Amino acid sequence: MTEADGAGAQTLDVSLGPQHPSTHGVFRMNVRMDGETVVKLQPVFGYLHRNHEKLAEGKSWLGSMPFTDRLDYICPITNNWGYALAVEKLAGIEVPDRAEYIRVIVGEMTRIQNHTAFLGFILGDMGAWGSALMYAFREREKILDLFEGLTGARMMANYMRFGGVRCDLPAGWLEKARAYIETYPAFLDEMEKFLTGNEILLSRLQGVGVMSAERAINGGLSGPVLRASGVDYDIRKVDGYGVYPRLKFRVPRGTVGDCFDRFMLRILEIRESIQILQQAFAQIPQGPILNPAVKTRGFKPPVGEAYGRIEGPKGELGFHLVSDGGEKPYRYHIRPPSLINLTLLEEMCVGTKIADVMVILGSIDIVLGEVDR
Amino acid sequence: MTDDALRSELQKRGIFVTSFEDLYNWGRKNSLWPLQFGLACCAIEMIAAAAARFDMARFGAEVFRPSPRQADLMIIAGTVTKKMAPLVVRLYNQMPEPKYVLAMGACAISGGPFKEGYNVLKGIDRYIPVDVYVPGCPPRPEALLEGLITLQKKIEKQRLFGKQLPRHADPQAPAEYPVPAYGPHDLIPPLNPDVFCPKRNASSAE
Repeated sequence: MTEADGAGAQTLDVSLGPQHPSTHGVFRMNVRMDGETVVKLQPVFGYLHRNHEKLAEGKSWLGSMPFTDRLDYICPITNNWGYALAVEKLAGIEVPDRAEYIRVIVGEMTRIQNHTAFLGFILGDMGAWGSALMYAFREREKILDLFEGLTGARMMANYMRFGGVRCDLPAGWLEKARAYIETYPAFLDEMEKFLTGNEILLSRLQGVGVMSAERAINGGLSGPVLRASGVDYDIRKVDGYGVYPRLKFRVPRGTVGDCFDRFMLRILEIRESIQILQQAFAQIPQGPILNPAVKTRGFKPPVGEAYGRIEGPKGELGFHLVSDGGEKPYRYHIRPPSLINLTLLEEMCVGTKIADVMVILGSIDIVLGEVDR
Repeated sequence: MTDDALRSELQKRGIFVTSFEDLYNWGRKNSLWPLQFGLACCAIEMIAAAAARFDMARFGAEVFRPSPRQADLMIIAGTVTKKMAPLVVRLYNQMPEPKYVLAMGACAISGGPFKEGYNVLKGIDRYIPVDVYVPGCPPRPEALLEGLITLQKKIEKQRLFGKQLPRHADPQAPAEYPVPAYGPHDLIPPLNPDVFCPKRNASSAE
């Protein structure tokens, strides 16, 4: 469909998605182009709206835990953590030290595997379909194996409980995890050797989809997308939840806010996560993994509301819970990082070429399960 | 051609005897091209099945095609919402015959954990015929490979002549299935009775 504007030039409207190899799920963009340049972009959501929030109102508090796995299905364990943290805040539950360390370990491993998968997916968006994804998924599988040994499931872990975690680390798991994490930097170095500094990659990423720090803050962006714009904001540092204040790590920041900064930031974050993991492996104490005061059946938090948030691999993952004192949540609201980060997509894309739209979308790192909920 | 002893005796001497049907099905079943089409969580396991460790290429199904015009197999990997269902049916209609559908995961089979949701379709078999169901939430990559092998066995058994023809060889079979429309509360129609439990519908009509 073409349409003549005042200057006599013709624009072309293209519908990208919902079935498209690079929309990371079922996401649709109505793009208006002048030649190859994007002049307008309208996102269309809701193709994966699975009624998370409504379903949670009909389930017990703990019954929603497996559903949080399916929000951001690349990294289920951090979703568990966000929800558990919100309920713990609501009911005032203490978490034993060992459980907090286990949470940090599985949470940071989730971050590593999410960013690893990101490296594969963004190369796919740039047209290097297959090869980079194969390498990334090879490494991701090794982390999934560790998750499977711990939780019994590759992806849908359902691992956190209010006041702790579901099961203790099996015998020998910590040694296996430590041995694997030691081999990880070699893989990352190899990836970097091929990718960072590659001329094609640089020309596809540098200066594309620039987002200023001011606009990023105004738009409510969070996570790697915000930090790539040069804002020093990491909830692990700001809130200091869990045992993060006891661990030493740096928060990487970008300078330009383009796709390359977002790409590079993830690599740097993986390196910091490895630092965190090594400290956590050394510091993890013995002790209980679950607060014995928390009832599994008939759990009723007091009347009130709470907002719990964590620094998920994609940004600020928050749960706003309202309790009327019953066995079910009165209101259960999710603040998904992917959706909020996506709101400035048009701003990043207007003026770029249509081929860059996919790269910009990939650099935000969205998961549709979380965007549409 | 049913004399297996004679056939194996000839094979030992380097002579392969086969029927046209067998040769045709052998070629088809070992080069299934799936549609590159992920809906939700299961799509990640589908990618894992296609990646280096599980390597779907061993079974000839690694050529994921982004266009339905080039695909033989539609892997419904994930929750089909009511907003997405008409598009899934349309994609299915766009695929050329012979085509197959593999429903991967609890959501595609029945709605799964989200079955109670107001926006979730309770199984894609309400609108299009499904050949293989792979249960799980999400199914492991091994389960998907098992589903693929089951489909290959099914293709192997399909006859091109005589009675009980498969859908793609049956001139009476519909060329495409009606695409549901968005209604005020639900999809219109809520299911296609010709596809969804056709036997039960036939017995209740009598």
